[in-house]
Amino acid sequence: MATLELEIAEDVIASPKRRTRSLGLLFWAAIGLLVFILLVAILAPLLPLPSPTDMDMLERRAPISALHWLGTDALGRDELARVVYGARISLTVGLFAPIIGLTIGGALGMLAGYFRGRFESIVVGSMDVLLAFPPLILALAVTAYLGQSILNLTCILGVLGIPAFMRVARASTLTLARREFVIAAQALGATHARILIRELLPNVALPLLAFFLLGVAVTIVVEGALSFLGLGVPPPISSWGSMIGEGRESLEIAPMLAFIPAIAMFLTVLAFNLVGDTLRALTDPRQGAL
Amino acid sequence: MSGPALLSIEDVAVELPTARGNLRAVDHVDLALGAGQTLGIVGESGCGKTMLSRAILQLLPKKAKLSGRVIFDGQDLVRLNAEALRKLRARSIAVVFQDPMTSLNPVLTVGTQLIETLQEHLQLDIATARRRSAELLAAVGIPAPEQRLSQYPHQLSGGMRQRVAIAIALSCEPKLLIADEPTTALDVTIQAQILDLLAREQRRRHMAMILITHDLGVVAGRTDEVAVMYAGRVVERAPTHALFKHMQMPYTAALLAAIPKIEAAPHTPLAAIPGRPPDPTRPLKGCSFAPRCSYAGDQCRREKPALWAADSEGHSYACFHPLAIAAGVRA
Amino acid sequence: MLGFVARRLVYLLPVLLAVSLLTFLIASLLPGDLAYVILGDQATPDKVAALRHDMGLDQPIWWRYLGWLGHVLVGDFGRSFRTGQTVLQAVAERLPVSFELMLLAELGALVIGIPLAIACAVRAGSAFDRLVTGSAFSMLSLPAFLSAILLIYFFAVELRWLPATGYVPFSEDPLGNLRCFVLPALTLALGEWPVLMRVLRSDMIATLQEDYIAMARAKGLKPSRILLVHALKPSSLTLVTVTGINIGRLMGGTVIVESIFALPGIGRLLLGSIYTRDLIILQGVVLCVAAGYVLINFIVDMLYAVLDPRIRHGHA
Repeated sequence: MATLELEIAEDVIASPKRRTRSLGLLFWAAIGLLVFILLVAILAPLLPLPSPTDMDMLERRAPISALHWLGTDALGRDELARVVYGARISLTVGLFAPIIGLTIGGALGMLAGYFRGRFESIVVGSMDVLLAFPPLILALAVTAYLGQSILNLTCILGVLGIPAFMRVARASTLTLARREFVIAAQALGATHARILIRELLPNVALPLLAFFLLGVAVTIVVEGALSFLGLGVPPPISSWGSMIGEGRESLEIAPMLAFIPAIAMFLTVLAFNLVGDTLRALTDPRQGAL
Repeated sequence: MSGPALLSIEDVAVELPTARGNLRAVDHVDLALGAGQTLGIVGESGCGKTMLSRAILQLLPKKAKLSGRVIFDGQDLVRLNAEALRKLRARSIAVVFQDPMTSLNPVLTVGTQLIETLQEHLQLDIATARRRSAELLAAVGIPAPEQRLSQYPHQLSGGMRQRVAIAIALSCEPKLLIADEPTTALDVTIQAQILDLLAREQRRRHMAMILITHDLGVVAGRTDEVAVMYAGRVVERAPTHALFKHMQMPYTAALLAAIPKIEAAPHTPLAAIPGRPPDPTRPLKGCSFAPRCSYAGDQCRREKPALWAADSEGHSYACFHPLAIAAGVRA
Repeated sequence: MLGFVARRLVYLLPVLLAVSLLTFLIASLLPGDLAYVILGDQATPDKVAALRHDMGLDQPIWWRYLGWLGHVLVGDFGRSFRTGQTVLQAVAERLPVSFELMLLAELGALVIGIPLAIACAVRAGSAFDRLVTGSAFSMLSLPAFLSAILLIYFFAVELRWLPATGYVPFSEDPLGNLRCFVLPALTLALGEWPVLMRVLRSDMIATLQEDYIAMARAKGLKPSRILLVHALKPSSLTLVTVTGINIGRLMGGTVIVESIFALPGIGRLLLGSIYTRDLIILQGVVLCVAAGYVLINFIVDMLYAVLDPRIRHGHA
């Protein structure tokens, strides 16, 4: 181009509300997908699926058929059932670990942002030190010592999420604590607890929720990575990550064994990211992703 | 105006589509400027004077619709292709923006911003360009020019930054300089210095200049011709001395009256013009100034007055109730 | 400038100290008796007690920490009881591989991300922009091990252009060495470029609306110069920060990739030490990685000042 023609569409500079409206369809599709996945995972035992652990040695790595809708894996187990039951594991860790981060990190962040002073410095400082460690390495090291189990995994991933939730809660609280409604409540003689719970918490809740959903996406991925390496959920329990790890062995012969759980994980993580990001754009337009 | 026009703006209109409707920023403006002459364009904020300057430079936002002709040195800039336009800029037409804090790139040195212009248009090698840059800085009155070349804009004062901007504008010896509110962002004490600098350089280089301002006091004595703009149109145009001697438009008179006078008694209330300019997305049927004009009549509200010449001196105005005011101001 | 550097250095030391403390505590306080592990099946209560005494494991924890720290400060990170190699030796051996991976990955991410960001910023709001931004968003949901599987399948299994695993040292065969890094670096780059692209794009869109860009156009400069010199430099601040933070994050991310592609780097060293319960190595490597991360952030702070002179002079 000979000259710099700036073709900036008006709505890019306009309010982000217009952007989220055009994302509306994607947003609801993502929510629909998440609801579907959650329902399927929760109701798995009630669904007419073959058992995920029954091995049929004659039908190993079978292609799609009427009997096995998604084929079978290297040990003859029904792939569809495995994906569904894998969802249960991935989602369990994926949902409960961030809850730990949300409750502890959120509480610490709100308290730090509200009370300020030395308490805040200590909290922020210790979180910074924790953040100095690459999280994957920390998770690996700790699971190595504590042993692999779903509980341990959930706990360590939850703890790793605490600094991030602390930051979000603290940032929100810092901006809110100086607003008039808080000063008014203080003037009316409300106790700290009352202010924190009745005034601040409802306002901090939305950014925290958005961040929680993003945290779920991240946790599913991290758990997937650990299980992929065999250091996540203990065998023979399998999550999507373990399935992908196993599928890697058969990449040359039956690539679908790795791709099917990969697609499931990708779509789920994408959906969580979409919903979480849309919510985050609503609470803080400056940090909207798209 | 002697000689053929260097710049001729013919029936130029600029429309901007916005969320609220079509915005008529410039409404069929005709102006002309000869080589070495100075034209002052005066008006309130939002009257379209900046848009007009952007229209001359062909630097309008992408969505803007430009109609009319801008003839510069025999060429119609509106029809010119992008590459030819680019070569024209700085070399033939240069511009000085209002706020030197934002018009100079904060992360590049003063030297870089000068040298790149010289290298681009005059194809100078770096040593010559550096030398010339130092000379330019000295010419605009910046002390210790060599050192300034390696400094950043934020290290200079507001007045010095504007001098740098002027140096950049003058660097390629343009035939026309457009100064868009060059002193508005500066201290009052510096304003006169900068205006004097512009005038001096203009005379020295025999350069044409367009001085855009909201302050009638700025154009007095510094321009050959003045055009007063309101709501996107030129409402009065005259050689400067004629304008101040026989002001015709009530709006022009009001502008003049609004300038605080140093000889007025303390606590004299400022004679502000009541009301506000019309919403540019909803142009009025009649004269745009009618709602605020103390001389407005029915005809003013019904029809838009055209710009017609009052006399052979080149004094035109657009008003049904012109004043024949002897303003008593020395031009 | 020197004062600026000195001030930042002062903040550095307490953080490094805290990092070392945390590393030590994790290694020491968690269950898993080191002596038991070392002795393995030869463990009897007597031998365990003797070994514990030898290794100083029966001392109070703060004493052991200080002892360890003292050794660390003179460069003695300990010795692997499996291979006999000192931690530093093992790390020094593996570090270049991980470095090469991280650098190539970040380079790849920049090579993909910067041109896309500039192209999107100039055409902001267009269909092209929306497509690229949408792809960037989706890529963020594609973790490294998934990209790895995809890339391996397409390039190694189907097309057979590149090796799926293996490593050849640079000194032996430069071209072969780079071939081994293409897939791993690309895997990581695919995960990194969206963040870089997004950050640069948004900064550039803001910058392109500034007066000084209009001024640059009014000066008749070439569009390429306006984009690359006038617009890119002031927009790069966030990009540099994010790149720096990324390189730190990559240190953890290389674990997966090194494992999948069988590259002998720090990540594999760490994994190996976990599998074999070689706790000395584990402790030392974690400390090195964390300290490296802190140092990189420090360097990023320095780069900030170079890019924006206003920070250097205390203005911005």
